[in-house]
Amino acid sequence: MLSRVADSLYWMNRYLERAEHTARLVEVNLGLSLDLSTASTDLGWARAARSLGMSDIEEQDPVELAQALAFDPASSSSIIGAIVTARENARQVREQISSEMWEQVNRVFHQVKRYSFDELEDIDPRDFAGSVIAGIHLFQGITDSTMTHGDGWQFLQAGRYMERALNTATLLRSHFLEFGFDEEGKINPADHLHWIALLKSCTAFEAYCKVYTADLQADSIGEFLLLNAEFPHSLHFCADRLHAALEALPEGSWTRKSGKVTRLSGRLRANLGFSQIEEVLEAGVQSYLGAVTEQCAQIHKAIYQVFINYAIEAAVEV
Amino acid sequence: MPNTETTQRALRAPFRSYELNTAYDEMFESAGATRGHYQALMDALIDMPAEEFRRRKQAADVSFLHQGITFTVYGRDEGTERIFPHDLLPRIVTAQEWQVIERGLTQRIVALNEFLRDIYHEGRILSDGIIPREIVYTCKHFRRQMRGLHVARNIYITVVGTDLIRMPNGNFVVLEDNLRVPSGVSYMLTSREVMKRVFPELYRECRVQPIEQYAQALLATLRTLAPAGRGEPEIALLTPGVYNSAYFEHAFLARQMGIHLVEGRDLVVNNNVVYMRTTAGLQRLDVIYRRIDDDFIDPLAFRPDSGLGVPGLFNSYRAGNVSLCNALGNGVADDKAMYAYVPAIIRYYLNEHPILENVETFLCSEPEQCQHVLANLDKMVVKAVGESGGYGMLIGPHSTAAEREDFGRRIQADPRNYIAQPTIMLSRAPCYIDGQVEARHVDLRPYILYGEKVTIVPGGLTRVALRKGSLVVNSSQGGGSKDTWVLQE
Repeated sequence: MLSRVADSLYWMNRYLERAEHTARLVEVNLGLSLDLSTASTDLGWARAARSLGMSDIEEQDPVELAQALAFDPASSSSIIGAIVTARENARQVREQISSEMWEQVNRVFHQVKRYSFDELEDIDPRDFAGSVIAGIHLFQGITDSTMTHGDGWQFLQAGRYMERALNTATLLRSHFLEFGFDEEGKINPADHLHWIALLKSCTAFEAYCKVYTADLQADSIGEFLLLNAEFPHSLHFCADRLHAALEALPEGSWTRKSGKVTRLSGRLRANLGFSQIEEVLEAGVQSYLGAVTEQCAQIHKAIYQVFINYAIEAAVEV
Repeated sequence: MPNTETTQRALRAPFRSYELNTAYDEMFESAGATRGHYQALMDALIDMPAEEFRRRKQAADVSFLHQGITFTVYGRDEGTERIFPHDLLPRIVTAQEWQVIERGLTQRIVALNEFLRDIYHEGRILSDGIIPREIVYTCKHFRRQMRGLHVARNIYITVVGTDLIRMPNGNFVVLEDNLRVPSGVSYMLTSREVMKRVFPELYRECRVQPIEQYAQALLATLRTLAPAGRGEPEIALLTPGVYNSAYFEHAFLARQMGIHLVEGRDLVVNNNVVYMRTTAGLQRLDVIYRRIDDDFIDPLAFRPDSGLGVPGLFNSYRAGNVSLCNALGNGVADDKAMYAYVPAIIRYYLNEHPILENVETFLCSEPEQCQHVLANLDKMVVKAVGESGGYGMLIGPHSTAAEREDFGRRIQADPRNYIAQPTIMLSRAPCYIDGQVEARHVDLRPYILYGEKVTIVPGGLTRVALRKGSLVVNSSQGGGSKDTWVLQE
């Protein structure tokens, strides 16, 4: 397939995944603010904004922060910014995706557009965030059942799981930076709601309870969100899917000798697949997550070098 | 012969407000006398309740919308896409009429192609004094870069959309040759699909010649134009991109033919070979059906500020490594001033009489003809030579004194840039307007393919001036379209 098309598909799904993630942060933090003191809620919003790379935001007012997360058109991490960019990418490859997919992206787009032009006070942001999440879930379902699972679909998967891995890793880093625990993994009872919020931000609360019971332990939460092989938002799961997508893509004959992309994604997968949570915590969760983020960046770069922005000279020689 | 029963019925709804005038009427020979090949449509309309017709019209609109048959309206909020205005009553052409059109178009295209080959090589027609040199060399679409360049099979004109109109005497004449990047064929194909769904009984009864083979015919034509020695040629359609108003058509045709839809940024030229950048590496390209104008196709050869084109494409073309369809520089042959010479071109190269005539045309570059034009502006249609799409036109009978004065000044300032034709009453065909059938002016644009041989699918795009009394059929000026049914023998 054309490199330009692959590029658009990859980014379309990255942005949709990002929109979903931001929407969930908005939903969870709004829920949290009902139970917490104002001061610690404000910290929660600042943390959410930081974890989305919106650290330059001046406002400390929680309402404004929430609105910025949802509606700031200038930020590619706000819900609306991410959806607009995703739709723009979809528009470029309208002929490559199924009509059902295009219609659904369009529907989500018009939905968020309508909200942002309404009087902001009149909206319940939790309804708004919830409907965006549902819209994107529907899109992913439509994609799986209406699009050929060929190269284009694989690029969509690569974009989705790349973005999800990065989002989860960044969120975990900012959380672990702030909330401590003792050697046995016991969390501070005062932070209880924040740990629940972390799990909910990854749709992981129910799934966690099924594996570890409702007993919240920092090491168990870390193990679940980093290393669980079966939970769709864990880093391990994302790395598995990312690797599978990249492995299914035929590389140009001129790159076969390197096998660069799958070597990198395979290493990340093995890394997450064979790590022990005790060792991760002992060596420091920040440095471990930092390495994961760094490897994701390398994979992203390799995807571009091999499939999209490769040097013409190298490709012509063969 | 008209029968009396029909005469009676014709006066009934929905034909009550149908008027005949001096224009040729496609449906009626005279008041109440239906032409034989329109009888089936007549019966269907009389028998169909208005409510039922409205329902079918709605079904057709929904179908157009769902297929995404839209065009982009410029200058509005992003994502403003409208469905193409469409009239549901078919325009019907008999097999005999079509045979004349087919022979005439074939003759004209073969001659024009020979003309292009000649002026970009020996220039016999110029040295023989048939056509004045300056009219060729002052044409802004003449491409000196094309001189001496060999194009595959000597075919310059691969895809043509020729505009025909029908005179009051019933003869078809050529109004315009579109030899550069003609568009609209997707509307012909999709509106046929819709018509078959909306009027299946009528369609079957009329025994219409099929046009569905167009995409295969286009693909086969493009294949025959591959550079020598490229066995299984790789073919792509080159589009300016999603913001182009004809993007729907580009995507539609690429999908129908199963070829890549590429933009300039997808292509690279290395060592005079054109490649597509794919995820599996560079893939060599042999034939490009380009829907980008000459000026924008290669910033190194033509407009340096073009961001749509492919640097180095022209050199690859010159080296014979890639075929471009249509060839570059075709605009010199469909220039509105050159149009006046087409009958002479046909006689010169083929030694035949033109089967399809031209509309009488006055060249303002000729002083005597210019005087005549200036003296009769109120009766003429004046066209700027370099414009298309219904822009830069003066329609004498519908103009104000101020407009005529303005055009007179412009003609005198730059006579080479203007031609004039007598105002022609285009023929009229029945259209469904607000619950009634009314007559509107129409033209006909068949699509001609030229590769190994000339192929014309029986049909075309009938464009309609939907505004009452209007003679301008361009979609940018309030025009719409209707399906064209060429009947079997």
